[in-house]
Amino acid sequence: MSAKGEVLLQAQAVAKHFGGVKALRDVSLTIRRGEVYGLIGPNGAGKTTFFNCMTGLYVPDGGSFIFDGAPLKADAPDQVADRGIARTFQNIRLFGNMTALDNVMVGRHVRTQAGIFGAIFRGRAARAEEAAIRRRAEELLHYVGVEDRADDLAKNLSYGDQRRLEIARALATEPKLLCLDEPAAGMNGTETEALRLLIDGIRADGVTILLIEHDVKLVMGLCDRVAVLDYGALLIEDVPSIVQHDPRVIEAYIGVAA
Amino acid sequence: MRTWFNTLTPRTIFGLTLITVALLALPFVAALGGQAWVRIVNFAILYVFLALGLNIVVGFAGLLDLGYIAFYAVGAYLWALLASPHFGLHLPFWVILPLGAIVACFFGILLGAPTLKLRGDYLAIVTLGFGEIVRIFMNNLNAPINITNGPQGITLIDPVAIGNFKFSTGSTVFGIDISGPQKYYYLLLVLVLAVIAINVRLQHSRIGRAWQAIREDEIAAKAIGINTRNMKLLAFAMGASFGGVAGGIFAAMQGFVSPESFSLIESVMILAMVVLGGMGHIPGVILGAILLTVLPEALRYAVVPVQKALFGAVLADPESLRMLIFGLALVLVMRFKPAGLWPSPDRRRELAEKAR
Repeated sequence: MSAKGEVLLQAQAVAKHFGGVKALRDVSLTIRRGEVYGLIGPNGAGKTTFFNCMTGLYVPDGGSFIFDGAPLKADAPDQVADRGIARTFQNIRLFGNMTALDNVMVGRHVRTQAGIFGAIFRGRAARAEEAAIRRRAEELLHYVGVEDRADDLAKNLSYGDQRRLEIARALATEPKLLCLDEPAAGMNGTETEALRLLIDGIRADGVTILLIEHDVKLVMGLCDRVAVLDYGALLIEDVPSIVQHDPRVIEAYIGVAA
Repeated sequence: MRTWFNTLTPRTIFGLTLITVALLALPFVAALGGQAWVRIVNFAILYVFLALGLNIVVGFAGLLDLGYIAFYAVGAYLWALLASPHFGLHLPFWVILPLGAIVACFFGILLGAPTLKLRGDYLAIVTLGFGEIVRIFMNNLNAPINITNGPQGITLIDPVAIGNFKFSTGSTVFGIDISGPQKYYYLLLVLVLAVIAINVRLQHSRIGRAWQAIREDEIAAKAIGINTRNMKLLAFAMGASFGGVAGGIFAAMQGFVSPESFSLIESVMILAMVVLGGMGHIPGVILGAILLTVLPEALRYAVVPVQKALFGAVLADPESLRMLIFGLALVLVMRFKPAGLWPSPDRRRELAEKAR
């Protein structure tokens, strides 16, 4: 599949510091429609900070994001989701005491409208919407392969299933850009392979994917382009084959050759 | 949906009939023990009303609110001001009740807005302060302009009345003698059934799910596009509006309101009903409210005769002994049933796992 497409997300000189620590130093990168974009780097390089700035959980100290032709509002995660960016979390954040199905159903919130009167009077429109929410949520559970656990509480699912459920919840918001924060962390080989197939499928459905990942094999095999962060600064942004052999990247990961 | 009655089995029909008959007959059964017992039953329903309102805020959205009684106070005073000789206004109940809901709603948002960023203990402290502020306002708004009549309270409040049919006095309907408290019972029953229906529907709706998500993980809720600010304000507003309606009925039923009815202990009691019954679980909350209203009253009647029978004399002051037993009962329930007396199946599972 061609990675060439129009620009979907543009980060312009995004900066973020925590006290004296510069977590992001003027990071600029471009994600194109339809690609799988990998964001890698050693621990503490600022990958998750970048995610948090983009999705509105942190307010950047400088720079901006242009998404789908318009700037993203800082400090408004719900509006970012509404614009079409969905994310998962490095340390899974499901709604533990809700069922798997309810977790995905609540993901439909931003694309549905029933208000307080719809909830109380349950008119024709509210009932139809509720049925559509349920149907879509069931489809998504099936899509990620956890339909058997629909009525179980999210926190009782296995680790791999929780990761998948979190992806289903993110997909329920109908994102244009799906951001996955270390989705393969803690997975065994079989689970990682299943995850790769899932991500491939999501891409095939036309969703652009931004992937933070440590599993280099997964990143190199899956991503159309890769950016490397080190100490909060962007080292390189290119296709995997070039990034893999760039001396700066090798230095960042395993240190300078003696 | 339209054919829901076709799905009823004979057993559930029998059960529903039994419950309906019991609810209809209750005020006449209670009257056998005197009209005081009808009043106790009425208060039990009123507290069910309040507990269900607080349950939206605490149980559904997970926002700890220790000032809930403020909305009850707002509703009660609104009725008192608009239907008493104090200002010479005598508006009918169908104007005041919806107005009470709306004004309490407004106060709910007023409380909600500054507390949006707060959680847990901090939220509890701010809401507690809010409850006290409202009570102290009621206590002091008799000068320079006399609005609330201060600590003396407002008296001679109009009862609920439909035309000339007053709920305060007894009358004969279809050849049956029905007392004032019994009339209020049926009014409260209708209102509380509506409140239960609203609660059940809210819980299983888009809004209810969003509240639950906020309770579970606010950051994740934001990240999937829930406007947590609006949803929290909605929870405060909904909860408050129930409190406002309950307050109005309270004022009409008592014919008298004063600030001392709205002290912190009342907020705590309603919260105790929610927690003791089973937070977020509607049947549990109803049970909690009924028990915590009826139990202290039953103890009031039991403490003296039991002491006389055991020791031949009244050794301990009945009032303090009553509260002692009541407090002990609360401690024991929380020790042995931490999820509440009738928790939701999910919550029960959760605690069972933790115990393992």
